[in-house]
Amino acid sequence: MNQPLHHPTRVVNRGDRLFRGILRLFGLVVLAIALLILVELWEVARPSVERFGLRFLIETQWDPVREQFGALPFVYGTLVSSLIAILLAVPLGLGVAFFLSEMAPRWLREPVSFLVELLAAIPSVVYGLWGLFVLVPIIRSLELAILRTGLSRVPLFSGAPYGIGMLSAGVVLAIMIVPTVAAVSREVFRAVPDSQREAALALGATRWEAMKVVFDYGRPGIVGAVVLAWGRALGETMAVNMVIGNQPIISASLFSPAHTMASVIASEFNEAVEPMHVAALAEIGLALLGLTLLLSALARLLVLRVERRSRGRQAAQGVTSP
Amino acid sequence: MSQEPLAATHLPLSRWGISRRQLEGRIRRRRWADRIIRGLMVASVVVVLIPLFSLLIYVGRSGIQGLDLAFFTQLPKPVGMPGGGMANAIVGSLILVGLAAAIGVPVGVMAGVFLARSTSRLADGVRFVAQVLNGVPSIVVGLAVYGLMVVPMQTYSAWAGGVALALIMIPLVTLNTEEMVRLVPRDLNEAALALGVPAWLATLRVVVRTALPGILTGIMLALARVAGETAPLLFTALNNAFWHQGLSNPIASLPVTIYNYAISPYPEWHQKAWTGALVLVAMVLITNVLARFFGRSRYDRR
Repeated sequence: MNQPLHHPTRVVNRGDRLFRGILRLFGLVVLAIALLILVELWEVARPSVERFGLRFLIETQWDPVREQFGALPFVYGTLVSSLIAILLAVPLGLGVAFFLSEMAPRWLREPVSFLVELLAAIPSVVYGLWGLFVLVPIIRSLELAILRTGLSRVPLFSGAPYGIGMLSAGVVLAIMIVPTVAAVSREVFRAVPDSQREAALALGATRWEAMKVVFDYGRPGIVGAVVLAWGRALGETMAVNMVIGNQPIISASLFSPAHTMASVIASEFNEAVEPMHVAALAEIGLALLGLTLLLSALARLLVLRVERRSRGRQAAQGVTSP
Repeated sequence: MSQEPLAATHLPLSRWGISRRQLEGRIRRRRWADRIIRGLMVASVVVVLIPLFSLLIYVGRSGIQGLDLAFFTQLPKPVGMPGGGMANAIVGSLILVGLAAAIGVPVGVMAGVFLARSTSRLADGVRFVAQVLNGVPSIVVGLAVYGLMVVPMQTYSAWAGGVALALIMIPLVTLNTEEMVRLVPRDLNEAALALGVPAWLATLRVVVRTALPGILTGIMLALARVAGETAPLLFTALNNAFWHQGLSNPIASLPVTIYNYAISPYPEWHQKAWTGALVLVAMVLITNVLARFFGRSRYDRR
């Protein structure tokens, strides 16, 4: 009260300034975390990066005993298994999203979307357990059935039907990323203005034809959803590790055991005694990080584009909420 | 949707160059395509839910067979010896998640409030980085914490595991907190300011207070998520066959124990893995459901 009149707000400002400073500090902590992850990973990987460089990613021999470290089988396994997952999960996820946003009666929406979100809540290691003891036997009999039809001359379906392998990994991954595809595309569809649907229906379009309009309008967002889900599939570790067979093989066959970047880190890191082995695994981690960063930047860009177009924030929320 | 075919007689069919019959055929085809595709969408929902139910049923049915009091109170026994439990892993998981919460919640909530209340370029940068961190594979976080803590401390430790889980939690909590704070109507803040409340107090006592249920939901969901994480613990917390021996030593956790038991060649251990999975899934799902039912913000439009 005794403050001079020309500084009436100074007392208030001091608290505000302090508070703002504290908040800013915590914002900086988030930046520091990102930096720390990058620096630490680089530190662990450095011996390998310095010795092998980028050549590391295209060498095919992985033999820790002879200190031969080529990561191509893992890169291949990661890309192929996640591609299988995307091919399976995108149509299914889009179907679910369309059902929820355009077809389902109101009372059905909440329970169905809750169940689909439950899929995302189940821990990876439980998917692995289920995959190993339930899904793999099913896949094995599927593979046997395919072999009996004589399709085994096709390279894609050649080899012994172990059950464990690329196909199982792809299917488990697909189940795990469907909720991402469904949730994000549902938000994208929701961001499409009703006028688009109504205009199509008014012109005599069937429901499906109106959906195609909605789809067209939200296309960049859908691509964003796919890329985001793909990023998830690339980094998924435990479930894949438990069903893919963990062998650094590059094979055209879907039935063949394989290995991925994430799963080789999980299975070999603790047993790695040679410093170079540890570093090589960390370099795989570094490459994996690079890959996912690339994808998530791309996804963010695409989702942002559709969001800006519809001036809604919904699409981004679908991406960011846990 | 019209149920009757179009009154084709009133349409200038000759000008369109098709007969009435062709037109009706075309409409019928479109209507069938519509039905089939809508059927496929319903089918896709069913196909997606089959694995969920299969998983829940298997985890429930196989898990319940090994579920007894000993599972919650005893240490694991070596292969071949009957009985034993996963008590150490359950306690270990609680400790790890507690550590993660102690580190991750304050940082995540404060950073989220920062994002919601600031329009600076720093805030844009932090938001972008948080979104990117959200997409970083958890095993990579584990590797980084290995370099950050395990190498300097020269031992695997509960601390390292807790930090790894916290790093996974922080972007989740940050982004959710921002979203929840932003949902609070501006009027509330302005009303408080108009009454002469300092801005910082209005933020904390009015805006954050109002957003609190939503923020807590986000925290619970993030906790449920990290409670199930295995990959970042493999080479930070490692594992331990005994009760925890302080935070500077390796510690058992439910997910890592399930993993080790599942990939072992012993059927008894597989049984234990299923029971562990049942406990883990129950913990995670109950947290999820609770978070949803009790914590929704009044201003959440969903």
